[in-house]
Amino acid sequence: MIFFIEVVLSGLMAGVMYSLVALGFVLIFKASGIFNFAQGVMALFAALTLVGLMEKFGMPIWLAIIGTIAVMIALAWAIERFMLRPLVNQEPIILFMATIGLAYVLEGMGDILWGSDVKMLDLGIPQGASDWMLDSFDIYIEKLEIFAAATAAVMVTFLAIFFQKTRIGRALRAVADDHQAALSVGISLNTIWVIVWSVAGIVALVAGIMWGSKSGVQFSLSLIALKALPVLILGGFTSVPGAIIGGMIIGVGEKVAEIYLGPIIGGAIENWFAYMLALAFLLFRPQGLFGERIIERV
Amino acid sequence: MIYRETGQFKANYQDDQALFPIAQDRYVILAVLLVTFAVVPLLLNQYWLNAILLPFLIYALAALGLNILTGYCGQLSLGTGAFMAVGAFSVFKLMTAIPELGFIPLVILSGLITAAVGTLFGLPSLRIKGFYLAVATLAAQFFLIWLFNKVGWFFNYNATGMITSPPMTLFGVIVTGPSADPVAKYYLVAGFVALFALFAKNITRGRIGRNWMAIRDMDIAAELIGVRPLIAKLSAFAVSSFYVGMAGALYFAVWLGSAEPTEAFDINQSFLVLFMIIIGGLGSVLGSFLGAAFMVTMPILLKNIMVDGLGTDTALAAHIEIITIGVLIIGFLIVEPHGLARLWRIAKEKMRLWPFPH
Amino acid sequence: MIEHKIGGEMLKVENISLSFGIMKVLDDISFDIKRGEIRSIIGPNGAGKSSMLNVINGFYHPQQGSITFKGETRKQMAPHVAASHGIARTFQNIALFKGMSTLDNIMTGRNLKMKTNLFWQALHIGPARTEELENREAAERIIDFLDIQAIRKKPVGKLPYGLQKRVELGRALAAEPELLLLDEPMAGMNSEEKEDMCRFVLDVNSEFGTTIALIEHDMAVVMDLSDRVLVLDYGKQLADGLPDEVRNNQTVIDAYLGIPHEQD
Repeated sequence: MIFFIEVVLSGLMAGVMYSLVALGFVLIFKASGIFNFAQGVMALFAALTLVGLMEKFGMPIWLAIIGTIAVMIALAWAIERFMLRPLVNQEPIILFMATIGLAYVLEGMGDILWGSDVKMLDLGIPQGASDWMLDSFDIYIEKLEIFAAATAAVMVTFLAIFFQKTRIGRALRAVADDHQAALSVGISLNTIWVIVWSVAGIVALVAGIMWGSKSGVQFSLSLIALKALPVLILGGFTSVPGAIIGGMIIGVGEKVAEIYLGPIIGGAIENWFAYMLALAFLLFRPQGLFGERIIERV
Repeated sequence: MIYRETGQFKANYQDDQALFPIAQDRYVILAVLLVTFAVVPLLLNQYWLNAILLPFLIYALAALGLNILTGYCGQLSLGTGAFMAVGAFSVFKLMTAIPELGFIPLVILSGLITAAVGTLFGLPSLRIKGFYLAVATLAAQFFLIWLFNKVGWFFNYNATGMITSPPMTLFGVIVTGPSADPVAKYYLVAGFVALFALFAKNITRGRIGRNWMAIRDMDIAAELIGVRPLIAKLSAFAVSSFYVGMAGALYFAVWLGSAEPTEAFDINQSFLVLFMIIIGGLGSVLGSFLGAAFMVTMPILLKNIMVDGLGTDTALAAHIEIITIGVLIIGFLIVEPHGLARLWRIAKEKMRLWPFPH
Repeated sequence: MIEHKIGGEMLKVENISLSFGIMKVLDDISFDIKRGEIRSIIGPNGAGKSSMLNVINGFYHPQQGSITFKGETRKQMAPHVAASHGIARTFQNIALFKGMSTLDNIMTGRNLKMKTNLFWQALHIGPARTEELENREAAERIIDFLDIQAIRKKPVGKLPYGLQKRVELGRALAAEPELLLLDEPMAGMNSEEKEDMCRFVLDVNSEFGTTIALIEHDMAVVMDLSDRVLVLDYGKQLADGLPDEVRNNQTVIDAYLGIPHEQD
């Protein structure tokens, strides 16, 4: 039983990581209807930049983080200026393809700027098992994972407040609901896009830091984006709570399956299990976890 | 001869429905076929055949398949790589089990097996649309590749997990495996592709193709005038996977000779074929060819320029290459989101009216 | 109003109620459509007119009531079943296949008349070719009827609005329907285009004998064309009868017409 709880807990923690990446997707999809395939590579790029600033320029952690945030904002600006603006009003599939192109560009740039070897990311985030959990409940759990979960919680709270309470946040939601209506009340789409891609960039940085601290900064980090996609089918492309809860479900489902089902059918099932779980779920609830039933009109 | 339809009168609907109603188009296509089958094999060396023309033709077939699903029926799929793998592993199993059937029937059979698998993975399309469906097709991508890696039966339990194409002959000439003759391989693939491109063109301009496009353009209206979404979508998945499966079979058996699932058929393969149809033109048979040509030749060209021309370090060149590909794709989408096929059509329009601008 | 060949009952709608969540869209609606008549449904925006058509051709499933079409009573039927039983329609907001040509749109309207399988289609010989040519002829008859020869091969997405409406009518006619549902076929048209459309509606009715259910806001058009008029308001049935009866019905005047509409 203890072992099962450990499995579930570590699944939850992994799920939080997925949620972080999925959150970046949701932000951009909500505000612009763009399925941003580059979200995972953005996490890699952010983490690489952070490590690069620390290693090559000897910056202290706090300065490197601020520097990376500045880079991500500059990147958002460049993406809006050179990619989104010329592609405005194109079909969603065209924009999707453009983000795959963007993923290639970022991947190549990250490698050229900061080198393609695996880098350790040590921000002083506590490592190892949590003694307190081990002592009081006899449950083994990584400190890093607790830290990641807490960070994600803070992040989500922050975003919720940002969307509900600030003027910019409300403008973002207005754009999400109706582009033309937003335009007609004088909200500049270009500014909104820069902001939303910047926020997604910062979320990517947080995701990059967490994954990077856990398993080093390397190319495979960009692949976690692929693991975050089933979260989106489960939680819906436009739902922030969906991304969070969906991430947890996928994380737990995946860990449990890996431990209990994996050995029976040959292991290494984590690449596809999340997808199958999401698909099975869809058969029963096509609108996703928090989606509303759409009434189609003609 | 001026490109013009004036004076070419069509007295009945049969002439108007012909594949190429304008005479000059017929001459062009005849010339292309003549060059493909008579001139190219005589002029080009082994490098050209093996490194450029074979992959171009095989990818064109795969792109044609994906274009049927995505371009004509509007169902976005990211599982092309996995469906190519199904074709490859099917043909491998068939070649080792029943070689006496002959290579061509085996390739077609592999296509049919892939069609069945594709239809199965197309079932979610009945309930979900757009990017939700695209993500769902990733399930096929990851699950199938895992299956081919894990289950020994698929690669005949050999130690490496690789599949290697045994030599098979066609009219007495070896066409598969390492000892195959490049010219024979080229003829085989070119013949396959030309024939199935014609079939694709016929299907897409008839009732079935119109039903696909109806589902793509306005699915509710299509349903209300009697197009059954179930049949239209699943048939698109089946036909598309049939093409992709045959492409996978040729890709493995004729071009690569041996393959390992995680590398040869990974998700980048899916993206590559998707790029081909976007750059070539969604919903266009010609576009599938143009896109495949572009995506096959561009990396080779870039590498030649950088490594051989400018003497760039190989690792750096690889990074610059993927950046360039990314930039080119974005730039291309900005300049002509409807693809090369649209450019070709505009050029033809211009020629038809030449020398007048309108 | 034209005196002509109105026959027996073709469609009978009984006690239909439809709601989405707490929103009641149709409330206990009953009426019938006789073979050969032009039957109009009028009412203010949001009255449930389009929803009524959606119920008839199986796109919406009512919670209560039944529909009898050509003697068969059903609670609901799938849209393609409705189509194959001879119900065709046009849409309030044009629902053409935008990436396809006028001819292809109309040919798609004939998809239920075509049967050849994938194999023959791929080869495009034998039965597939014959079938394609036969149906092409039928499609061309409709193109001639609607006078849209010049835009035969143009992608419909780029056509002007009035022509799109006409192509949409063509696509519905291509199915050779027995019952044609027209959802605001004249909305947004100038008076010349309206006249053309009126003539097409009347011609379809008299030449092909097609029964027509028409939703329209232009009262002059409705009163001129219709054999009988059904009035809906907020999902409720206000009145049903001959154009003159409806025009003089006090409830209808109060709820919808306001002042008696200027005539002729």
